[in-house]
Amino acid sequence: MSVDRRTRIGLRVLALGYLAVLLLVPVGLVFYRTFEKGIGFVWDSITTPAAIHALFLTLEVAAITVPLNAAFGMLAALALVRGRFPGKRLLDALIDLPFAISPIVVGLALLLVFGRTGWLGPTLADAGIQIVFSVPGIVIATVFVSLPFVAREVAPVLKEIGEEQEQAAATLGANAWQTFWRITLPAVRWGLAYGVVLSTARAIGEFGAVSVVSGKIAGQTETLTLLVEKRFQNFDLAGAYAASALLALIALGTLLAMSLIGARRSES
Amino acid sequence: MSIALPIGRRRPGAGVPSGGLAMGASMLWLSLIVLLPLAAVVARSLDGGVDSFWHAVSARQAVSALRFTLLISLATAAINAVAGTLIAWVLVRDRFPGKRVVNAVIDLPFALPTIVAGLTLLALYGPNSPIGVDVALTKLAVLLALLFVTLPFVIRSVQPVLLELDRDMEEAAASLGASPGVIFTRVILPSLIPAILSGAALAFARAVGEFGSVVLISGNVPFDTQVASVFVYKQIESDNPGGAAAVSVVLLALSLVVLVAIRWVGAWGSRARTQSAAVKSEARQNER
Amino acid sequence: MISVESVSKRFGDFTALDDISIEAPDGKLTALLGPSGSGKSTLLRVIAGLEVPDAGTVVVSGRDATNLPPQKRGIGFVFQHYAAFKHMTLRDNVAFGLKIRKKGKPEIESKVDELLHLVGLEGFADRYPAQLSGGQRQRMALARALAVEPSVLLLDEPFGALDANVRAELRAWLRRMHEQVPVTTVLVTHDQEEAMELADRIVLLKDGRIAQVGAPRELYDQPADSFVMSFLGRVSKLDGRLVRPHDVTLSDRPEDGWEEAMVQRVVHLGFEVRVEVVRGDGEEVTAQLTRAEAEALEPHAGSIVWLRPPASGVSA
Repeated sequence: MSVDRRTRIGLRVLALGYLAVLLLVPVGLVFYRTFEKGIGFVWDSITTPAAIHALFLTLEVAAITVPLNAAFGMLAALALVRGRFPGKRLLDALIDLPFAISPIVVGLALLLVFGRTGWLGPTLADAGIQIVFSVPGIVIATVFVSLPFVAREVAPVLKEIGEEQEQAAATLGANAWQTFWRITLPAVRWGLAYGVVLSTARAIGEFGAVSVVSGKIAGQTETLTLLVEKRFQNFDLAGAYAASALLALIALGTLLAMSLIGARRSES
Repeated sequence: MSIALPIGRRRPGAGVPSGGLAMGASMLWLSLIVLLPLAAVVARSLDGGVDSFWHAVSARQAVSALRFTLLISLATAAINAVAGTLIAWVLVRDRFPGKRVVNAVIDLPFALPTIVAGLTLLALYGPNSPIGVDVALTKLAVLLALLFVTLPFVIRSVQPVLLELDRDMEEAAASLGASPGVIFTRVILPSLIPAILSGAALAFARAVGEFGSVVLISGNVPFDTQVASVFVYKQIESDNPGGAAAVSVVLLALSLVVLVAIRWVGAWGSRARTQSAAVKSEARQNER
Repeated sequence: MISVESVSKRFGDFTALDDISIEAPDGKLTALLGPSGSGKSTLLRVIAGLEVPDAGTVVVSGRDATNLPPQKRGIGFVFQHYAAFKHMTLRDNVAFGLKIRKKGKPEIESKVDELLHLVGLEGFADRYPAQLSGGQRQRMALARALAVEPSVLLLDEPFGALDANVRAELRAWLRRMHEQVPVTTVLVTHDQEEAMELADRIVLLKDGRIAQVGAPRELYDQPADSFVMSFLGRVSKLDGRLVRPHDVTLSDRPEDGWEEAMVQRVVHLGFEVRVEVVRGDGEEVTAQLTRAEAEALEPHAGSIVWLRPPASGVSA
């Protein structure tokens, strides 16, 4: 359907205008505001002890969460695509749950299980294990919210490559593990990579669940996102912007990775 | 006559990585990480009996927060349905320099932490706005934040369907004298409805639970701009986990309903697509 | 040798194989032939261990393989759609089975080179499957299967996904290869011409049962029933019997007992001439004549000829 030129330009202006007003200008403004005071200021702001700790904590949590999600995602994709069991549809539906649940509810849920008065709280306290208000709690919360990404990206790829390559490997003498490692995994590598990128971005950006579960203890359980909030509450707007810019930079890196991997994926 | 030898069901999949172990492990992990905590919420909400549940959920502030959340999320979904379709259309059918960059940027709300999103909007539309627009602490601010974080859903849902659309139908309609507007509403839009609906449903589900982007810009004024997630947060802080759990259960129920709805719409959409694909291929066969 | 005994397999309500027993002799090429749904692919996969039968036994090279997974049966399998390992080069594809068996690098390299030479893909070792044509991919798949020196080679409609001329080329090539490397081979195909050209023995299947087993010539000349006859070559119906078009004899003079018919159409197909006639009762019969016979008869549309009553043929 060929629309006449005026309509086409009109639609384009509307669409781009919406995007500009909602997305592009605000983000651009934050970068502008951040670097308004000069690079030196920004650098100082993100190298305070609290900031450095927040960055390392955030990265540490991501470094634990993402491999866990990758392993689960791979298993879940295999179960969904190759499995011939009842309950497959249940698994399929359950995987999507974290997408639809408010992060605050996630935090509350974890408090109620692992907190001092929670279901497992007393047992854990006796064993000397601290989950809430501590890094393990942050990890579990982050795992919860970023759970579905790898599974959802790998499953369609797994479905598309079909079972024949794996059967061929079997006839050539490979056992199940060899087949998985040499054939299945390489075949889904771009879907896996894409899912890992999405999962990482989600893990780094998590705020609501971590708000509830971490106790926001500065220097101990304060992630980068919590740092942004704290600075804002303390009227340190410039500091909040600086930390935000760091997170935004990571987000842009994520977008770039998504673009590149997305292109590789459609090639193969 | 064949005799079934009493060997029993031999292992399926013959040495190929099959679903069995994976299924068990996945369900175990899911139960531990997702189901157990959610069960705890439901249990806690009913700790004092159904009465205390009802009491918590019908408290004036709770009701106000829930109602506001519902309405603003519906508005978000509706606006996304329109704006998202428009943007998807422009991205698929139009050509302009920088289109690929714009397409990539659409995913920014997925990648950006919600707290940063809130701050970002506050910079332009808050007290220090360079253009003098200050909507902080208003309902509009909440709407803006929700529109920001839900931006990609409808767009990414509609784009693949638009890309796959068969142009033959539009050309046939044009040859029969239909104007572009009519072609869009009568020929194109019907095919897009399932995708728009499921994208809007996802946006709705996301909006209902949104916290990080809203918490800074809305001021969380009870009975005015407080959304359900912030209300729950406040209850947790005030050491009222029962009240928090009760409202959370309402939110959970809402999420479940939306998830089921999305599945239905998804199934409907894919049935329609496979049917139309089957019709098309049959038509081509008959041509030969 | 492969021996399948009383094998049955059902998928839900559908019976794919019903009490099948066959043998594939050593060093020979046995074709499993039949229409879609006849069970031929299922049977091959049962022999391979990719499907588990509900009943029956499979013996491969003297060992009871019924409970063995494909890895342990000493087979080579070639899939219709190649099943190439897309992320590996040709060389790595062919070397795969050897690497799994932990052979040494020099041994692997020389074996791979030897095989690539055998299948005519020497220069392509470092290419990826996506860079090859369908025919080349299938030759690679064969090399890959042969690399582990299987005692049995199983081919599942190997040329089904290829263009007609590539198919013909590869068919001839496979015949030559089998003469050079006489591995016990079982080939599944729905193409009777392919089976006739390649097989030492044909097993014709229908609806999960065996219709007939024998050498190609046997099935063609002495079909057990009308299904076998119609599947394995052209048939003409005459007086309630099925005859081969080239067995239909026409004459331009009335003979004793021969029936009158009118020529409807004459089609010249190069070396043969097809003559379509219609009898007095309206029955249409197709005869196939050589050029010499046609030149002697000079049939043309509208001319009258006489049909010899069928001497042989199977009842329709």
